[in-house]
Amino acid sequence: MTDKPRRFAPGLDLQRGAVDMSHGSGGRAMAQLIAELFQRHLDNELLRQGNDQALFQPPAGRLVMSTDGHVISPLFFPGGDIGCLAVHGTINDIAMAGARPLYLAAGFILEEGFPLADLARVVASMARAANEAGVPVVTGDTKVVERGKADGLFITTTGLGVVPEGIHISGDRAQPGDAILLSGTLGDHGVAVMSQRENLGFGTEIRSDTAALHDLVAAMVAAVPDIHCLRDPTRGGFATTLNEFARQSGVGMRVREHAIPIREEVAAACELLGLDPLYVANEGKLIAICPADQAETLLATMRAHPQGRDAAIVGEVVADPHQFVRMETAFGGERVVDWLTGEPLPRIC
Amino acid sequence: MKFIDEFRDPELARGLASTIAREVDHGRAYRLMEFCGGHTHAIFRYGVQDLMPANVRFVHGPGCPVCVLPTARLDQAMAMTERYGLILCTYADLMRVPASNRRSLLKAKAAGADIRMVYSTQDALAVARANPGRQVVFFAIGFETTTPPTAVALQHARAEGLSNFSVFCNHVLTPPAMRAILASAGTDATTPDQAAGLAIDGILGPSHVSTVIGAAPYGFVATEFGTPLVIAGFEPLDVMQATLMLIRQINAGQARVENQYQRAVTPEGNRKAQALMAEVLTLRDTFEWRGLGFLADSAQRLNEAYADFDAERRFPVAVPPSCEVKGCECPAVLRGVKAPADCRLFGTLCTPENPMGSCMVSSEGACAAYWSYGRFRDAA
Repeated sequence: MTDKPRRFAPGLDLQRGAVDMSHGSGGRAMAQLIAELFQRHLDNELLRQGNDQALFQPPAGRLVMSTDGHVISPLFFPGGDIGCLAVHGTINDIAMAGARPLYLAAGFILEEGFPLADLARVVASMARAANEAGVPVVTGDTKVVERGKADGLFITTTGLGVVPEGIHISGDRAQPGDAILLSGTLGDHGVAVMSQRENLGFGTEIRSDTAALHDLVAAMVAAVPDIHCLRDPTRGGFATTLNEFARQSGVGMRVREHAIPIREEVAAACELLGLDPLYVANEGKLIAICPADQAETLLATMRAHPQGRDAAIVGEVVADPHQFVRMETAFGGERVVDWLTGEPLPRIC
Repeated sequence: MKFIDEFRDPELARGLASTIAREVDHGRAYRLMEFCGGHTHAIFRYGVQDLMPANVRFVHGPGCPVCVLPTARLDQAMAMTERYGLILCTYADLMRVPASNRRSLLKAKAAGADIRMVYSTQDALAVARANPGRQVVFFAIGFETTTPPTAVALQHARAEGLSNFSVFCNHVLTPPAMRAILASAGTDATTPDQAAGLAIDGILGPSHVSTVIGAAPYGFVATEFGTPLVIAGFEPLDVMQATLMLIRQINAGQARVENQYQRAVTPEGNRKAQALMAEVLTLRDTFEWRGLGFLADSAQRLNEAYADFDAERRFPVAVPPSCEVKGCECPAVLRGVKAPADCRLFGTLCTPENPMGSCMVSSEGACAAYWSYGRFRDAA
């Protein structure tokens, strides 16, 4: 008798091998892929149960659940890859309720021909991210589609978390007078990814900010339990998240451009491309809205955490029936910061 | 950011604003047309209008490449792509511009046409090299700024013998459009008062276009129309300084071509770029502009030496007359005789999510800029 699962011979060729249709057929090839790649990297007690589901006792309290599909090109970019992004993204969605993330589930859609070496790299990165965050991937699924029916690899992750007693964070709770805080620099992720796309030939030193924010959030809700709103400004960026809050809460927002932290390299890249960093995606930043009299406490807590080192109070919530987000420009004028329209596309002239 | 922040300095802006406020004649209005969408964008993005006295108004001109492209040309490009099953490469700005029958390149792409967004003409060449078995057409649009890169791509294609690459040329020229606007100024009015209200007192001249063509081609603006023109950079302080220069000319009763953008623009322009364009392109007798109609000698096409790379000759299509959306005021907005908010469709049927006219598409379009950055002024 042995505790170890039976080995498959020969082992997966993780150097030159590629995904083929048999890896999704439910047979031995699929079992081998799961055992030698997914289970090996993501190993944990619940996954080891080896069933089609993970069985656990839910903790007391209110549960939150979230899901996120990840389709990014390129799959590997400075500062991260689709694997750690899929872990961070869902952990953050859970954390933005003020919750402590517990478990993740992951679904993989693989395109026939996808290199096993790349898959191993992605899964190892997921495992590292999950380990660092202390949030295990406890169940998963793999499907293979024919060549041309997917762009290499898509990953969907679902997360479960528990909200501490006394925390009520929701996008509809912003009130006139509340302060708006931002945890750090804007646009790092979007620019890092864009700089790698093959048809944009400029090399930058900018790295994605992809990170799990639940530890920062735990410190924040411990210091200021009455945080009204929390959200990570991913797609559509800072501008879109503020517009979402404004609409959900039926209020306006006023922000000050000179207070918004943006790295010089990011600002320069955006300048070159005709993009506005307020609309560029982030994967390791959050926006918090809290009562004005607790803003300084919250700011100090955020700045004391490595992920909130560059945090700043960037504006306040105002009464506005039009629900506009307005910005006092560094130049001295004023403008509306509107919803993002379509894709953020470089200008041509 | 070095060489950027200097041109966005709020202290200097306040200084310029107070000089302008001191020097304006409060007994008159100043209607200044910024020709380029780049200026429109800067004015809205930085809130430059807020720093101006109430009697200094910016009137938005037609210098937005996608805004002036007539619907018929989009219809033609789509028909070409579909009929010949070719790959159409285009700048992203064009994707959402409304064509006839509520179509657009974006919708055509979703319906299966092989339309690819590129960031440069070199990307389009790369698509052609990577797809030797397919025909690849580059949808070339823009003023003199984007024309030299098209010319370079054509030279490369010919040198490489890239027989599956061609260009659907829609490059237009700035001076004829400026002439058309000045010649038509006031003709939209029904009363003398209205005509005076629509007059253009001065022009903020193009920034990037002028780096290519130089300052000399604008001479007629001053000599024939008696209108002052100041070539201005695209940074907000450039716009403010050029505005002050225009106000000084207007107050002194002068009409001259001045160059605020001296760090980039010379009187004769970029000779090398001009020679490049001349080698590859030639003038069209006439070309349609949205809002301005057919203008003689206002656009370019590939010359005989490059006929093999001319998509219009290689992939001929006949399209029915284009149909514009009823009630769309883009034409009047492009001539500066109407403001975006004067259009019945603005903000109701026509929004950036669902543009009815081209001016609502590009961030350089007056309607889109006004909607995205400026509409709170009316709501307030």
